[in-house]
Amino acid sequence: MNLDRQHPLSIAQAVRLGVRDAFGVPFIVLLASMTAFGSLARDSGLTIELALVSTIGIWALPGQIVFAELYAAGSDALALILAVSLANARFFPMVMSILPLLRDEVGRTARLYLYAQLLSAQTWAYCRRVFPGLPHYTRRSYFLAFALSILTISMASTALGYLLTGALPRPLALSLVLINPIFMLLLLADSRSRSVVIALAAGVLIGPMMHLAAPDWGLLITGVLAGTIGFVVNHYLVVKRDE
Amino acid sequence: MAPPSDAWLILLGAIAATYFWRGIAVPLSTKIDPNSRAFEWMTCVTYALLAGLISRMIFLPFGDLASTPVSERVIAVAIALVAFFLFNRNLLVGVGAGIMMFLFLQFYSLAV
Repeated sequence: MNLDRQHPLSIAQAVRLGVRDAFGVPFIVLLASMTAFGSLARDSGLTIELALVSTIGIWALPGQIVFAELYAAGSDALALILAVSLANARFFPMVMSILPLLRDEVGRTARLYLYAQLLSAQTWAYCRRVFPGLPHYTRRSYFLAFALSILTISMASTALGYLLTGALPRPLALSLVLINPIFMLLLLADSRSRSVVIALAAGVLIGPMMHLAAPDWGLLITGVLAGTIGFVVNHYLVVKRDE
Repeated sequence: MAPPSDAWLILLGAIAATYFWRGIAVPLSTKIDPNSRAFEWMTCVTYALLAGLISRMIFLPFGDLASTPVSERVIAVAIALVAFFLFNRNLLVGVGAGIMMFLFLQFYSLAV
């Protein structure tokens, strides 16, 4: 990020920055992972319309994968909807920890409901990375430019993957699936705040264990537990010692 | 497998159930001061949750990826992290190195 902090950033520059960031590494990662989803959707017996609407409507890859796999397995509708909902419960803390940075002083809240729908993990992580260097009035422009760009990329990639099914050799298809967690891990690992680094490390350790202990609620428990560990250790243990 | 009309109903249900979490957070978020401790805690919770999700995807993946040995996934992730920090936190280099390693391991295990 080479922002010139001497001059205030214009709205147009913030939009360009958002589009440019989206068409960097996120473009490659989404091309890979949403192509893989399109292919999975076809294998699961979904139509291309269903696959595309799940991308724009659910707008969260793990939840979409749960939808496609449980649909293919012929799961009970209510059980399927509940499983997707729990896989996506992370949007609650995600929205809570991004909207306070996006709202304006006028207090127009109606548009915040649209922003909540446009949010995804990549948008969240990019905004939290970039926002400290962006003036407040340009943040919504960056958010919208980034989020709408990756939504467009994801829709095109879902369609591409759906139409290309079977054309990919298996090792390549497997690699396309792994690219998303690797990218998100690096994006998070780039954080420099001490409380966040501790929370991340605790989350990586606790996550799989909690998933085994409680498949439905494990993720939420991990977030609250590991997040609180990071927050408490930073504020009440390390800070005290430094004084 | 459910007929297509049922599929649409299930998908709309899944979309609504996902939006539920996004939607209920909106009115609550307007009461949080971004400079408060509560906001910092919520930030920590979100980072930890995403870290837990990614860790789960690597150690206990669903679907096809589950058929690959956990050692191969962990080696690929480790290479990605090392390359990322060695090359001045370059995301492209990190992701590229990790995926190349994983691809190599996949083709290698096919060959032997």
